[in-house]
Amino acid sequence: MADIELLAASGAETAAKIKSGELSADEVLAFWLDRAGRDRLNGYLWQADRDSARQGLGEGGPLDGVPLAIKDIFCTEGVPTTAASRILGGYVPPYTATSVRKAMAAGMPMLGKTNMDEFAMGSSNENSAFGACLNPWDTERVPGGSSGGSAAVVAGGLAPWSLGTDTGGSIRQPAGFCGIVGLKPTYGAISRFGMIAFASSLDQCGPLTRNVTDAALLLNVLQGRDEMDSTSVGIEGGIKAPDAERLDGMTFGVPRALMGEGIEAGVLARFEDTLIRIAELGGEIVDIELPHAGHAISAYYVLAPAEASTNLSRYDGVRYGLRASNEDLLSMYEVTREDGFGPEVKRRIMLGTYALSSGYYDAYYGRAQRVRTRIVEDFEKAFGEVDFVVTPTSPTVAFKLGEKTSDPWTMYLSDVFTVPISLAGVPAISIPAGLAEPDGGGSELPVGFQIAAPAFAEQKLLEASYALEQAIGFDGSAALEGGVS
Amino acid sequence: MSTEYEAVIGLEIHVQLSTRTKMFCGCELSFGDDPNVHTCPVCLALPGVLPVPNAQAIEYALQIGAALGCELSPVSTFDRKNYFYPDNPKAYQITQAARPFAVNGRLGEVRIHHAHLEEDAAKTIHTGGGGRIKGSDASEVDFNRGGTPLVEIVTEPDLRSGAQVREWGQLLRATIKQLGVSDVNMEEGSLRCDANVSIRPVGSTEFGTKTEMKNMNSFRFIERGIEAEVARQKEVVASGGQVVQETLHFDPATGELHSLRSKEEAHDYRYLPEPDLVPVVPTPAMLEEAASSLPELPAARAARYEGIGVSEQAALLLSFELEWAGYFEGVLAADQSIEPRVAANWVTGEFAAELRKQDDQALADSKVGPESLATLIGLVQAKKISHGAGKTVLEEMVASGTDPVTVVAEKGLEQIADSGELEKIVIQAIEDNPKPAEQVREGNEKAIGALVGAVMKATQGRADGGEVNRLLRQHLGL
Amino acid sequence: MIEREQVLHVARLSRLRLGDEEIDTLAGELSSILDHVDKLAEVDIEGVEPTSHVVPLENVLRPDEPRPSLDRELALSQAPDPHDGAFRVPSPQAEF
Repeated sequence: MADIELLAASGAETAAKIKSGELSADEVLAFWLDRAGRDRLNGYLWQADRDSARQGLGEGGPLDGVPLAIKDIFCTEGVPTTAASRILGGYVPPYTATSVRKAMAAGMPMLGKTNMDEFAMGSSNENSAFGACLNPWDTERVPGGSSGGSAAVVAGGLAPWSLGTDTGGSIRQPAGFCGIVGLKPTYGAISRFGMIAFASSLDQCGPLTRNVTDAALLLNVLQGRDEMDSTSVGIEGGIKAPDAERLDGMTFGVPRALMGEGIEAGVLARFEDTLIRIAELGGEIVDIELPHAGHAISAYYVLAPAEASTNLSRYDGVRYGLRASNEDLLSMYEVTREDGFGPEVKRRIMLGTYALSSGYYDAYYGRAQRVRTRIVEDFEKAFGEVDFVVTPTSPTVAFKLGEKTSDPWTMYLSDVFTVPISLAGVPAISIPAGLAEPDGGGSELPVGFQIAAPAFAEQKLLEASYALEQAIGFDGSAALEGGVS
Repeated sequence: MSTEYEAVIGLEIHVQLSTRTKMFCGCELSFGDDPNVHTCPVCLALPGVLPVPNAQAIEYALQIGAALGCELSPVSTFDRKNYFYPDNPKAYQITQAARPFAVNGRLGEVRIHHAHLEEDAAKTIHTGGGGRIKGSDASEVDFNRGGTPLVEIVTEPDLRSGAQVREWGQLLRATIKQLGVSDVNMEEGSLRCDANVSIRPVGSTEFGTKTEMKNMNSFRFIERGIEAEVARQKEVVASGGQVVQETLHFDPATGELHSLRSKEEAHDYRYLPEPDLVPVVPTPAMLEEAASSLPELPAARAARYEGIGVSEQAALLLSFELEWAGYFEGVLAADQSIEPRVAANWVTGEFAAELRKQDDQALADSKVGPESLATLIGLVQAKKISHGAGKTVLEEMVASGTDPVTVVAEKGLEQIADSGELEKIVIQAIEDNPKPAEQVREGNEKAIGALVGAVMKATQGRADGGEVNRLLRQHLGL
Repeated sequence: MIEREQVLHVARLSRLRLGDEEIDTLAGELSSILDHVDKLAEVDIEGVEPTSHVVPLENVLRPDEPRPSLDRELALSQAPDPHDGAFRVPSPQAEF
C-alpha cells in the first residue's frame, strides 16, 4: 500500500487493512511515527517512539494497530502530561485516564500528546504555554481551540485520528476550523477520570476524526460507565458504524434568532447550502426558538470559570508540578501560581473566584445556574418538536494568529453556537460543510456544520451526520501535506 | 444593680467514621502507620481524578442521623468548601453545606441543628528549619489521614455550662460508640469537639458575640476551657468591654486561653455545588437499614432502667457504658428475685469500687462473673450474711475469683441466726464497755455505736445489725 | 466596574501574586467581561431551580473495599520538596 493511500485512509479503513493482513500494525505505526516526527504545526507536545507507543496495548481489539493522538489533558502513566501549562511542566502522572486506557485496550498505540490551550481555556490554541499550534490549511491561522493540536494533527496528516475534550466547543470548533469531524458526546457518555478538569459539569471527552464512521467507532470504544467517575453513564447498547443514506422523516431545527450579527458571509453560505442538502435527502427544515440561548455565553463565562477556579486550586506547589518559591507558605502559593499560570487561565481563575466570593454568589453563580436551567428547558422543548438542532459550528472560519487576543470577549464569541449545547449537556457533532473565503478575502478555509441531538441519541446523530457527509462529499486532502515539513 | 449573665454554648463535633476505606477513594484507613503509605491519585488530588463516595460511610452517617433523632434528608448533596492549606490537597474540602443528610434532631436536652458528611484533612507536622531560608521552620504533610470520612454534628446553642457540655458530650460519645460506627477516641482524634461560646443577660433571647474554642481533646478539658472562657467573657463585659469574635485555644496545663490567628482572611469559603458528585437519595431500604440497625441507645436505656426502679445516677452510669450495662443485666438474669435497684447499686457501687481498689481492674478482666455477683447479692438479700460481710466476701471474690458460698464457709461469715448466742455476746459487750453503756442509759443514744461496734468485732461482722441494735436497747433498758 | 482593590482581594483569595501592570489590565478586562455577563439580569429566573448537573443520576456509590495505594516512592516522585517520606512545605511566617 502506498504511503499516500495510508495517509488519506480513515481509521476504519486502516483497521480493516490490518485485520485482513494487507498491512502490519508495525508498518502503520512506523509510518505515523515518521509523520508525527515531521510536525511543523507545533501540534505535538510529546511524541512516542516505537516502544512507548505500544505500552499498555491490548491485542486483537477492534481498532488494533491504528495509532491515536491524545490531547495533553489526558493523564498517561509514565508519559509527561502538562495540560499545556508551565505549572505542570515535566509532570509525569502515575496513572492513565480511563478513556485512554480503553483506547489502548482496543489496540490503539499512543502516537503522542497534542498541543492545546492551557487547561483547555481558549478557542485558538494561542494560550498554550508551549507555543501556538498552527492550522494546516494556512499556517498563519489558528487551528481553533482548545483541542487545537488534536484537530491540526488529524487534518494535517500527522495522525489518523485523535482524542480531544470539549467544555464549551473545544472539540467542535477546532474540528470546524480544520475541516474534520469532531464529536462531543452527551455529558456522562465517556468517563472523565484522568482527564484534567477545567469545568467539571461541562467537560466531556470525544473523538476528532477524518469522517463520521471513525467518530462512531472511537465513541463505541470510549463510551461506558466507569466506577471511577460518579457522573458517567455510558450509552446503552453502544454505538455501531452508521449507514443511513437518507434523512426522510427527520426534522432539523434552525435557531435563526441566534444567528444574527457576526456571522461571516461565507460561513452562512455553506450553512444554507447544507440545509439544501438536508432537504434533498428528505429531511425537513424547521425554524425553532431557543429563547435563552443568546445568554449562553454570559452564563458559561460565570459557570465555567467558577468551576475552573476551584479545579485549579490544587496546583499549589505542594505535591507535584512547579514550586516557584520556598520563602514562606503564602509566597509558595502565590508566586508558584503567578508564575505557573498563563494570562487567560489567571483571568478565568480571577473571574470565577470573584463570581463565587462572598456577596456575589447569588448575583453571578446562582443566577447563571438558573439561566442554565432555562437553556436546558429550551433544548428540551426544541427536541419535543424536532430531531436535531443545526447551526454553523462557528461564526467565522479560522482566524489569523493574534487577531483576537486583545479582547477576551471577542474570542469568547467564537463559541456562540457551541456553548448553548454544552450547557444543555446534549451531544453535538461538527462535520465539514465545505470551504469559504473569510470576510475580507483570502484563500478558502473549512466551514463546520454543527448538528445537536437529544441526550444519548448519539446513534441517531451519527446516522444523520453520515448521510449528510456522503451528500456533501467534502475533500480535506489539500491539508494533509500541510502538517509536515 | 449588676446584670446576671448566662452562658450560651453550641457544639460542632467531628466524628471519624470507622469504615475500612476513605470517603472518596479506596485507600485503607489506619492509625499510626508511616507517613504517606495510604495515598492514591484521588486522595493526593493529582490532576484528573474524581471522587466516588463510600457507601458504608453514607450508611454509618444515616445511622448517626437516626440515633440523633434527625429527619434524614430525602435528597442530600455535596459542596466544595474552598481554602488553601497544605493539608487540604484539592484546596477545597468536599462537604455538605446546602443540603446535609440529617437535620432537626435531638439528643437528651440538646437540639441537633444538622449533621453532614465531609472528608478529613491530612496531618501537618511542623518541624525545625534545619538551615532553610531565613531560618524559617518547615512543615511536613502526611496524607494517610486525608480523606477519612467525617460526620460533623452541629447542635443548637442549647447548652448553658461547661459541666453540661461534658455530660452531654459523654452521652453523645456513648451513643455513637454503641452504634459501632466510630472509635470515638478523643485522644486519637476520632472524636473532636469545637465549642461556640457566648454570654447574654439572663432572660434575654438575643445572642451575644461568640468565640470559637477549637479541638479540645477531652470532655474534662472542654468543661474547664468553657468555664474559663465564660468567666473571661463575663469579666470583659463587666469591665465595660465587648467580646470580640475570635478562635481560642485552651491550654489545660496552664488553664490559659490563647487567641489563634485566622488561617484565611475573612473566611470566604466560596462554597459551590460539587459537580463531580451526584445527589444521595436514601432509598427506603437504606432508611430501613439505618433505623433497624439502631441498638437501644443510652438515653432510652437510662429511661428504661429508671423505670424499673434503678436510681438516676446508677441508670446514667450503666447507660453510658455498654459493657457495664451488659454486666448489670447479667446479674438480673442470674437471679430474678434480686431487685434491679439493689443489683444496680452493687454493680456501680461496691463492685466497681472493689475493681478500682484492686489494681484498677478492667471489667472485662474481672474474675467475678455476673452470676457470682448475683449469688453474693442473693446471700445478703436473704440475710444469710450481713451487708458488711458481703463486702468482705466481694473483696476475696475480686482477688481470687472464688465463689461467694465457698468464701462465706471458709471465713465462717454466715450470719449468727441463733438469737441466744448473739444475746450472750451483747451482754458481754455491755459488761466490757461500762462507759458508753452508762452514757446510753443517761440518754445519749449516739453512744450506742461503740457497743454495736464491739458486738460486730466479736462476731466478725456475722451479726445482723438490726438484731444487734434491738438486743442492746433491750438490755440497756431503753 | 472592578476596582484595583477588588482585583487585589480576589487575587489574594486565588493565591496569585499579580504584578502591578497585571492588576490594571485585569481590572479593565474583568470589568468589561462582567458588563457582558450582567446582561443575565434580563432573564426571568423567578422560581427556576439552579442546574449544577445534567446527568439524571443519584446514589452512585462505591463499596467499602480497599484498593491498593500508591507505592510511597511513586507518590512522592513528583514532589518539589520530599523529605522523610512526607511532602515538605515552608511554614507560614506572617499572618496567613
